[in-house]
Amino acid sequence: MSDSGFMNNTVVKWIEHRMPIFAWTQKELVDYPAPRNLNYWWNFGSLAGIVLVIMIATGVLLAMQYTPYAPVAFDSVERIMRDVNFGWMLRYVHMNGASFFFIVVYIHMFRGLYYGSYKEPRELLWILGVVILLLMMATAFMGYVLPWGQMSFWGAKVITNLFSAIPLVGDVIVTWLWGGFTVDNPTLNRFFALHYLLPFVLFAVVFLHLWALHRFGSNNPLGIDAKGPQDKIPFHPYYTVKDLFGLGVFLILFSMVVFFWPNGLGEPDNYIEANPLSTPAHIVPEWYFLPFYAILRAVPDNFIGSWMGFVLVDAKLAGVIAMFGSIIVLMFLPWIDKSKVRSMRFRSWRFKLLFWVFFIDCLVLGYIGGKPPEGIFIVVGRIATAWYFFHFVLLYFMSRGERLRTLPTSISEPVLKGGGTPAGAHAKPMEKA
Amino acid sequence: MTDTVHSAHDEDGAPRRDFLFLLTGAMGGIGTIVAVWPLIDSMNPSAEVLALSSTEVDLSPIEDGQRVTVTWRGNPVFIDHRTAEQITAAEEVPLSDLPDPQLDEARVHKPEWLVIVGVCTHLGCVPLGQKPGESRGEYGGWFCPCHGSHYDTSGRIRKGPAPRNLDVPEYSFLDDTTLKIG
Repeated sequence: MSDSGFMNNTVVKWIEHRMPIFAWTQKELVDYPAPRNLNYWWNFGSLAGIVLVIMIATGVLLAMQYTPYAPVAFDSVERIMRDVNFGWMLRYVHMNGASFFFIVVYIHMFRGLYYGSYKEPRELLWILGVVILLLMMATAFMGYVLPWGQMSFWGAKVITNLFSAIPLVGDVIVTWLWGGFTVDNPTLNRFFALHYLLPFVLFAVVFLHLWALHRFGSNNPLGIDAKGPQDKIPFHPYYTVKDLFGLGVFLILFSMVVFFWPNGLGEPDNYIEANPLSTPAHIVPEWYFLPFYAILRAVPDNFIGSWMGFVLVDAKLAGVIAMFGSIIVLMFLPWIDKSKVRSMRFRSWRFKLLFWVFFIDCLVLGYIGGKPPEGIFIVVGRIATAWYFFHFVLLYFMSRGERLRTLPTSISEPVLKGGGTPAGAHAKPMEKA
Repeated sequence: MTDTVHSAHDEDGAPRRDFLFLLTGAMGGIGTIVAVWPLIDSMNPSAEVLALSSTEVDLSPIEDGQRVTVTWRGNPVFIDHRTAEQITAAEEVPLSDLPDPQLDEARVHKPEWLVIVGVCTHLGCVPLGQKPGESRGEYGGWFCPCHGSHYDTSGRIRKGPAPRNLDVPEYSFLDDTTLKIG
């Protein structure tokens, strides 16, 4: 597009005069200056965007074959698997695409946590990211209901029942959500409608996320601001190529799962048609919800108020508050972490330890979420849940008195003056910019 | 003349404009709520869902001690033809032992017929105990496998995370052997 031939084309000029979309594309997607030191952890944002496109594309095609009517929904999915041309592939890509979407987004989030990408001036960017996560969770949850298997049905029933914990109006809300007195055909219909709608809402919020990103540009592994043009390189070709390479690696892993292990991340019980009169012995949500499911179940009976001699909030409500709180707390992270230093590279070992313990804590919660709530799993789940929230308390107090370290003066300095840089880089560092 | 009109207008006009502004805003707000309500209410149970709201059951084949499950409004309803021991067990529990205190007699029309909605009040799973061989929990009633709630022979919560006793649906006996739920 930078090529003047294109911009001089009569049609292009006619459009450009009325809506400068080509200049905008050039500015935001081609010339867009990005820090020169981004590492591979910065691949996961664009990767998440690509997965969203894959999900929408396969989803629209699946919707052309699927029937959102309770008596036949399960069979219509089986028809997609057996009779529709490449239906099995569309469904396996869509099914596992959801899992990979969460893998990519969770890595993207931990990247942000490690390098302090949530800090000033990128707080709103981070908050929009949490909104995206919530939308993803809602979309994935409703999508999982559509095949109308046992896990679909009972997962939907248990999760929608959480809203009955709301005092006074809980039952009215749940009946309204269901459109009946239990999860049934009206529920399936509306979940299908919302499952189709929400990805487009998600797409719009992703656009806002990128808008907020482009205001100050990407954070970087050093966590310091770019001092000038010598610290940045144009997005194209440098990061388009890097992102494409990452996409290649991603697609290899994704294809391996889709073609050789397509049901590995799913639950066998979901290949049994929904039966409203029989609950499966062990209800588990999809793996990407397990840490939150563990938090939901961790709150002991009548925990909140029982120590005061009366019950203020019953266990069900407390568990629900804890579960949603575990995501909402992330929105406040920019103000919980008081440190001015963004990147973990320039923070003391205490903060690195805190980060990795938090990471392991999330894995432990995920493991516990998949186990039945009995014996040692209850104890470990409670400790891990307590730590999840305690992490933010610790971070708040530890980061207040944090001793600031000397940061590199610019992004290009460690890149060009550090050990092992080729001779000549010293002499004319500007040439590389 | 024009000057006088203007000044008079400025003095009285500003509060009047404020009033009109608030009134317009309030009317607009009320109008929006009224207009949005049908949209929200459209998601509530429809007439055809509500029409399925009663079920009749023939009780004659249900033997003493037998439990039967019927469907009412899409949910399982447990009908328990209780034995004399089960009735005594349910009646003898002191109210102080119950998380959700309720007398057994308040939960039945006839002591030998216990009719309850088979949906755990915790998160909506169907408790076990209807079929022979299924766990009935520590209190001989029902046991919810999802999160471990134990119910007694009156369907009252005794242990576990469920906040309430199993619900008793509205029902009546049309004659000695016919039950109408709903």
